[in-house]
Amino acid sequence: MNILAAEEHNPLIPPVGEIIVGIIAFAILYFVLAKFVFPQMEKTFVARREAIEGGIERAEAMQAEAKAALEQYRAQLAEARTEAAQIRDAARAEGQQIIEELRAQAQEESARIVARGEEQLAASRQQVVTELRGQIGTLAVDLAGRVVGESLADDARRSGTVDRFLDDLDGMTAASSSSDGRGGSSVYVPQDAR
Amino acid sequence: MTSSALALVNVLAAEGGDGSGFESPTIEEFYPESLVSFSVFGIDFEFTRITFILIIATALILALLVAAMRRPGIVPGKMQWLAESGYSVVRDGIARDVIGPKGLPFAPFLGSLFFFILANNAMSIVPFLQISPMSRFAFPLVLAVFVWILYNYVGIREQGAGRYFKDAAVPPGVPAAALILVTPIELLQVFIIRPFTLAVRLFANMFAGHMLLVVFSLGAVYLIQVGNFSAVFAPLSLLMAIVMTFFELLVIVLQAYVFTVLTATYLNGSVEPAH
Repeated sequence: MNILAAEEHNPLIPPVGEIIVGIIAFAILYFVLAKFVFPQMEKTFVARREAIEGGIERAEAMQAEAKAALEQYRAQLAEARTEAAQIRDAARAEGQQIIEELRAQAQEESARIVARGEEQLAASRQQVVTELRGQIGTLAVDLAGRVVGESLADDARRSGTVDRFLDDLDGMTAASSSSDGRGGSSVYVPQDAR
Repeated sequence: MTSSALALVNVLAAEGGDGSGFESPTIEEFYPESLVSFSVFGIDFEFTRITFILIIATALILALLVAAMRRPGIVPGKMQWLAESGYSVVRDGIARDVIGPKGLPFAPFLGSLFFFILANNAMSIVPFLQISPMSRFAFPLVLAVFVWILYNYVGIREQGAGRYFKDAAVPPGVPAAALILVTPIELLQVFIIRPFTLAVRLFANMFAGHMLLVVFSLGAVYLIQVGNFSAVFAPLSLLMAIVMTFFELLVIVLQAYVFTVLTATYLNGSVEPAH
């Protein structure tokens, strides 16, 4: 057919061959696109959405985890604080107790020291008294011998006299120590009543 | 030699002084010489340059889409992003939003339509090719017939044949008296006018777009060598040719989109029973 002939063409009347070519061309395109390309795109869309949603989910999970860790940390902190307060209270109470004990011990000790001191005082007083008794007897005899100018030959009489004198002295001392309650005084104070 | 080149020769020949003036391009623009022709079962196949442009455009868009999605990543590359964006416009913007929740199964068909028309339309401004196969009525018609078959098939499948044809002939809510007028119009509209307008809209846009470009281009050439004061209008004609090329770019995308949206609208009518 001579296309360039002067015959009139009607553009709205398509040649059959061209229609078939068009059908084939579109059919091939549709087949390949619908079979391979578009499903691939759909898959990619799904994968992308999942990737995004997965990312968000992961972030949420991490946030929850962090929150839980924070809660736990706070709880532990509060627990530690309570414990510390308990320990402090216990220590304070213990300290108080130790102080009390020490004080009691110290008081006991001081009481004991005082008692021993008194005992020693009493003992030394007794010793002094005993010594004095011996010396006083000798001194008094010497003195009396010198004053009288005679030697008292009878030892038995002499010692009896001295002993009697000293016994009197002792009795006076015991009476004075019990009456003034202090004891330990070695000073002889004569009593009016005797 | 292309028919535009022939027209150019005609324009240049007009200088020859036989006073014929500007030879405007004719409908022969769309009937280039046959490059390969054969006959199968009495059907004549004539492969003109327009036929080859159709094959090139289809192969190209197919190759690009396949290449873009061969190794798809969660984070798309430029090619993948472009391909996915094109499909997303059809899938979400048309299939899901126009047809509704039942629309997603039609997304591959609508996407194929969109990419096929877009690629073939785009040929109208590709240098040296510069004609869209869609300006040959056969190709838009093929697409329109596919659409026609699909929406009728879906209508019968979804609503049942009786319901579908009854609703098409007797739209609900129309007063009985008006049916005398409405029924023939509705039947004509659903079964003849819809596919026809669908095909003609696309065809006429690409046809007219090509004619405009040729007229302004040839006009510029003619005015440059016309040899009188009219030559001052040559830059204007050239400028218009460039402006119309950009306008053509708009038409290319718009017509691909409109064809797809209208297909989705018809499918929506088939999926959802008339209210």
